[in-house]
Amino acid sequence: MQFWIIQGLNSLSLGGLLFLLSSGFSLIFGLMRLANLTHGAFFMLGTYFAAIALRSYDGLNIWVTALGAGVAVAAIGGLFERLVLARLRANPLGQVLVTLGMSFIISDACLMLWGGDSIPVPTPQNLQAPTRLFGFVFPTYRLVLVGCAMAAAVMLYLLLELTRLGAMIRAGVDDGQMARAVGIPVSRLFTLVFCLGAGIAGAGGVLGGPILSAYPGLDADMLPLALIVVILGGIGSLLGAFIGSFIIGFIYTFGTALFPELAYIILFLPMIFVIAFRPQGLFGRVGA
Amino acid sequence: MTISRRRFVGGVAGAAIANMTASSLVFGQNSEPIRIGLLAAKTGPLASGGIDMELALTMFLKERENTLAGRKVELIVADTAGVPATARTKAQELIEKNNVHCMMGPLAAFEALAIADYLTEKEMPTLGVAAAENMTQRHPSPWFVRLTSTSAQCAYPLADYSAKELNYKKIVTIADDFAYGHEMCAGFQRAFEDNGGKIIQKIFTPLATPDYGSYVAQVKSADAIFLGTAGSNGFRFLRQFIEYGLKDKMAVIGGMTALDESVLRNMGDEALGILTTSWYSAELDNPFNKSFAPAFRKQFKYDPGYYAASTYVSGEVLEAALKATKGNVEDKKALMAAIRGSNAETVRGLVKFDEFGNATGNVYIRKVTKADGRLVNSVIKTYPDVTQFWTYDKAAFLQNPVYSRDYPPAKNLEP
Repeated sequence: MQFWIIQGLNSLSLGGLLFLLSSGFSLIFGLMRLANLTHGAFFMLGTYFAAIALRSYDGLNIWVTALGAGVAVAAIGGLFERLVLARLRANPLGQVLVTLGMSFIISDACLMLWGGDSIPVPTPQNLQAPTRLFGFVFPTYRLVLVGCAMAAAVMLYLLLELTRLGAMIRAGVDDGQMARAVGIPVSRLFTLVFCLGAGIAGAGGVLGGPILSAYPGLDADMLPLALIVVILGGIGSLLGAFIGSFIIGFIYTFGTALFPELAYIILFLPMIFVIAFRPQGLFGRVGA
Repeated sequence: MTISRRRFVGGVAGAAIANMTASSLVFGQNSEPIRIGLLAAKTGPLASGGIDMELALTMFLKERENTLAGRKVELIVADTAGVPATARTKAQELIEKNNVHCMMGPLAAFEALAIADYLTEKEMPTLGVAAAENMTQRHPSPWFVRLTSTSAQCAYPLADYSAKELNYKKIVTIADDFAYGHEMCAGFQRAFEDNGGKIIQKIFTPLATPDYGSYVAQVKSADAIFLGTAGSNGFRFLRQFIEYGLKDKMAVIGGMTALDESVLRNMGDEALGILTTSWYSAELDNPFNKSFAPAFRKQFKYDPGYYAASTYVSGEVLEAALKATKGNVEDKKALMAAIRGSNAETVRGLVKFDEFGNATGNVYIRKVTKADGRLVNSVIKTYPDVTQFWTYDKAAFLQNPVYSRDYPPAKNLEP
């Protein structure tokens, strides 16, 4: 029984982490039709930001750090979109290659700046003690992380469903050409959404830090996860990213616990089925 | 065409004189420098270790004013990026373009394996660091020595110590899912179970594991958990292990890279009390290390660990060999024989090579303690002259298959 509860909570916390990682990716993919391969690097930038900031300044709060990293990474993302991607709008393959190149640049820059050692991100002082419930022990921070993901999901939902910006984004996702025709500034929208997506990744990197630590290669570890979640959940769908994250969280956690030999392929099995039987993903608004 | 006798005599005499000057040049100031090639991963995920390898070797040469056995030394460092194919290209470049006389590194087993045949084919004297068992067991090369340890060599003493002095009965092992982890856990298991202990669970995690939570929650209740990891993975696992409150329930012990000095410098007090085993510690109390470790720390602000020590020891062994051959690196056979017979006193203690070219030397059981405000691996017990075959019969050992995920079979796993 304890096994199921602990692993269930583990699945939830991993799902939360995955949502913070993949919601931005899904947003960008949905609107811009761009598989942003820099996404893992943006996430890693956030984690390094947290590792350096939280270790250098004792009293610094992780939430403030997440906000700061979010803004900083959003700015980097915005510059990258404006200066590079915007020039390649007519060339989708070129865009994907450029995002891949950018991810190499970021990961090598991190290596140059912070070296090859893995740097731990300290867990917030007041969340360090494990939570004890009915005789089992669970890290408090992981529970809080689930809450963070929920909060992020609600905020994104409100943004997309209730604001004018959200309406424009939804219009752009559903039919970019028509949106342009009715006067939505799609190009500016692209930049904005790219900033938003990068910012969420940066903040997610901070919040995932205490679990993951900052290390060279983190970007390459995280990027496939974002891809898997988005393919499973459906491109451009917030709900899809949300449900997809938690499904992957559960599959990964129980898969590695029950069938450790399958650890390498466990994540790709559901993806194969989805691609075979429902190419647009579980909640996809558009065909892949 | 005939050659007059006078001309012939003159020619021979001239050649002889030329010969004499050439041979005296070898020992003179103006002779060609000795070229050492170092293969080190300076970029990519293994960069931390690779950079330490270069720093330590550069420091070693600088201390000797870039002169070994009276000859100038030129160090050529090639970045393998931790990629086997790149290691192969760079090895070729060092040998064929830079004409190096001997080679050091690389650090990862898969890099070393990728170039092993090439180095043998080129008859290149190599001072190796990587731990793959078979390179000095079932497939040794006359041109290769390893002055660190095989994957399992340092695990045996810790298994012995766990069973006999700590009286552990049940241990769980966890390691990265590749040859280094498999071999180390296999050796640990063998020695521990031969001393009456039981390995009740063996966990191998993929190299890229995003979240260790699901593995931590699987760990069965035992006396201790053995970390056979390298680099950042073990350290990430350990943090989660502590967050789940498990460190209060079972002891943590580790292999030669689990809590290396390079890992320790990024850890906090949670590491205190953990026991690990290695052929080196920055805290070693011998005259060579007493000068090396503080000098390294002074220059680079952190303690030297596995990788820094590996190239420093390589340098010391090479220096001893060059002294024996009077600086002659052109005769590769003689140099290799001198390396194998060097018996050098180094920062890790005396290094002898067995007939397969693997180091026999002290292995140290170390405990993480605090000294001068930083975490250090202080030595609590020394196992002298540990060989790669531990206490086992060499012939029987080599008859068995190489250690792997499933060999020797684990018979005491709990369901």
